[in-house]
Amino acid sequence: MTNERELTMAKAIAEAIDQEMERDERVFVMGEDVGVYGGIFGATQGLYDKYGPERVMDTPISETAFIGAATGAAAEGMRPIVELMFVDFFGVCMDQIYNHLAKNTYMSGGHARYPVVLTTAIGGGYNDAAQHSQCLYGLFAHVPGLKIVVPSTAYDAKGLMISAIRDDNPVMYFFHKGLMGLGWMKYHPRSVTPVPEAPYTIPFGQADVKRTGKDVTIVSLAMMVHRALDAAEELAKEGVEAEVIDLRTLVPLDKEAVVNSVKKTHRLLVVDEDYHSFGMTGEIAAIVAEEALDYLDAPIRRLAVPDVPIPYSRPLEQFVLPSAERIAATVRSMMG
Amino acid sequence: MNLTKEQLLTMYRQMWTIRHFEDEMAAAYMEGKTPAFDIGSGPVPGEMHLAAGQEPVAVGACMHLRKEDTVVGTHRPHHFAIAKGIELNKLAAEIFGKATGLGKGKGGHMHLFDVEHKFSCSGIVGASFPPACGAALAAKKMGKDWVAVAFAGEGAANQGSFHEALNLAALWKLPVIFIIEDNSWAISVSKRQSTAIPDNSQRAAGYGIPGVRVDENDVLAVYEVVGEAVQRARRGEGPSLIEVKTDRLYGHFQGDPELYRPKDEVPTLRANDPILRFGKQLLEQGFATQSDLDAAREAAKADVDAAFAFARQSPYPAPESALEDVFVS
Repeated sequence: MTNERELTMAKAIAEAIDQEMERDERVFVMGEDVGVYGGIFGATQGLYDKYGPERVMDTPISETAFIGAATGAAAEGMRPIVELMFVDFFGVCMDQIYNHLAKNTYMSGGHARYPVVLTTAIGGGYNDAAQHSQCLYGLFAHVPGLKIVVPSTAYDAKGLMISAIRDDNPVMYFFHKGLMGLGWMKYHPRSVTPVPEAPYTIPFGQADVKRTGKDVTIVSLAMMVHRALDAAEELAKEGVEAEVIDLRTLVPLDKEAVVNSVKKTHRLLVVDEDYHSFGMTGEIAAIVAEEALDYLDAPIRRLAVPDVPIPYSRPLEQFVLPSAERIAATVRSMMG
Repeated sequence: MNLTKEQLLTMYRQMWTIRHFEDEMAAAYMEGKTPAFDIGSGPVPGEMHLAAGQEPVAVGACMHLRKEDTVVGTHRPHHFAIAKGIELNKLAAEIFGKATGLGKGKGGHMHLFDVEHKFSCSGIVGASFPPACGAALAAKKMGKDWVAVAFAGEGAANQGSFHEALNLAALWKLPVIFIIEDNSWAISVSKRQSTAIPDNSQRAAGYGIPGVRVDENDVLAVYEVVGEAVQRARRGEGPSLIEVKTDRLYGHFQGDPELYRPKDEVPTLRANDPILRFGKQLLEQGFATQSDLDAAREAAKADVDAAFAFARQSPYPAPESALEDVFVS
C-alpha cells in the first residue's frame, strides 16, 4: 500500500489499546466516562462497544479508589489502563500514584510488578483556566519509579502506547488535548500522521529528531514540538536552521540525543508548556551544562510558563504560553 | 409556610435571574463557535457548565443565608453565586474574561471568588466539602453563629473528600450544611451506575448526623429542609446532609453530545420546569398575581441584560497582568 491512512492521535491511541486488548486478555480499562462516552478526549473510543463493560469500566468519581485498585490488580497479574481525566485532578489521588504505584517495586526489592498504564490529558490554549490546563509531567518525572510518556504525533502515540501496555512497570501516558484531533477543539494539523495498521512499538528513551538543523537545538515535547517546528520554518526563511528534538519520553530520558545535537549546533533552547521553575527545562539545561558546556556558543535559554497558574482570559493565557513567535524571537536573540 | 409575599417573589425573581443568566450564557457561548465548534473560540471560551433547572437548590438554600455565611460551590457554580448575592456585573465580566470581573479574568467560570460575599467554588469534583468545614470551624472559634454551606453534585459523594469532611464536621460539631445536587448524571455516568445506594442522604447515618432527601425539584421543599439544618447549625448542634433531586436541563458542558442520555429525558424535565411550577403555585395560592410574576421575570431579565452589556463593554486585562497576583502584595 502506498497511501498510508492518516489517524488523529486519539484514534491512534484507541487503536493501540484495542490491539493490545485483543492480544492480551489481562488488559482492561477503567476511568470516568471511558465507556459509552469513549473517553472525554476520545482515547477509548469504540472500545466499550467491542469489549463491553467488563473490560471497559466506567468508574465513580473516586480516583483514589480506582487508581489504587489498578495498582492492586496489576500486582495480581492484570494489566490495567486507567484514565485520570485531566492531569490537574491528580490532587485527589496523588498518594496512590506517588507513594504507592511509583515506589512499590523499589520497596519490594524489585520483586513486585505493577504493569499499569495511567493515561491523562494535559495542556492549555483553549481557556480552561488554572485547574484544567496544566501539563505537570515534570512533577511525575520527579518522583522515581514512573515512566513518563508524552507523544506529539499520532504515529508516536500508537507505538508508545503499545510499548506502555507491554511494559512491566508503571507508565504515565500524557496526551495533549490540542493534539488529539477532536472535533470540538482546534488541534495542530501536524499531529495527524500516517499510522500503520499493524501493531508496532517505539522504545522508551529514544528522542526523535523532528527536524534537522545545524544552528540551534530546540528541545521540547507535546504541543511545544509543533510550536518549535512552526518557529523553525520561519527561521529557515531567515537562514537559521533549527534542529527540533522531541523527547517523547521524560523517563527514561534520551540525554545522548540532546547532548549530541548541542555538540553539533552549539546552541540550546528548551521549550516547555509546563511551569518554568524546577521542571523539564531546568533538567535539560543542567544536563547540557554538565556534559556539553564547552560546546556552547551562547547561554542556554528556556521558554516555559512563567511560574503563574494558567489564567482564564484569552490575552492572559496567550501571554504565558510559549508561542512560535516567541520561540523564533528567542532563537534570533541567541544567534548574535 | 413562614415566607412573606415579598420573600416569595424575591425567590421567584432570583430563579428567573439564574435562568436568564444561564440561557444568555448558552447563547453567548455559541458566538464564534459556528459553523465549526471550537471550545477555545468566541467571547466566552473554555468549558461551560450551566445550571438551568437546578435553581430550586441554590435559591431554596441561600434564602436562609446572611452575607457573613459562607458558600462553597462547584464547577457548575453560577446559580449558587447569584443566590448568594454576588454582583451580576462582576460575575458576567469574569466569565467573559474581563478586567472588571471577580478575579480580573484570571479565574473564569469554574473559579469564582468573592471575598465580600464569602463565596468560592472549584473546578475539582468534591473540593467544596473541606473548605466549608474550615469556614464553619473558623466561625465556631470566633464565637459567631455563622454557618457554611458546601454544595456538590451527586457524583462528588463518591470522593474521599466527602466522607472525610462529613466525619470531621460530625466529630467537631461544625456549623456546616452539606447539600448534594442529585441531577442524576456525573457527565455520562448515571447515579445508578456509580453509587452503591440510591439515596446519598442515607450516608449521614455513617457519621451520626441528620440526613434528609428532598425528592422533588421544588424550591419551597428545599427551603424547608435547609431551614431546619441552618437553624440546627446556628444553635451549635452540628452538621447536616441534604440531598436534593434536581434536573440538569443542559448537557454536562455546552457542546456535550449527550448521547448517553435518553432522548425524551430533557423534554420531560422541561415540561416540569421548577420555575413555572413555582409561579403557578404562587398564583393558585394567592401569593402573587400574574402581573407580579411578569414584573419579577422582566426585572430579572433586565438585570441579566445589563450585566451582559457591562461584561461585553468591559476591557480585557493587560496581557502582562498575567504575571501579577500569584501572591498578595
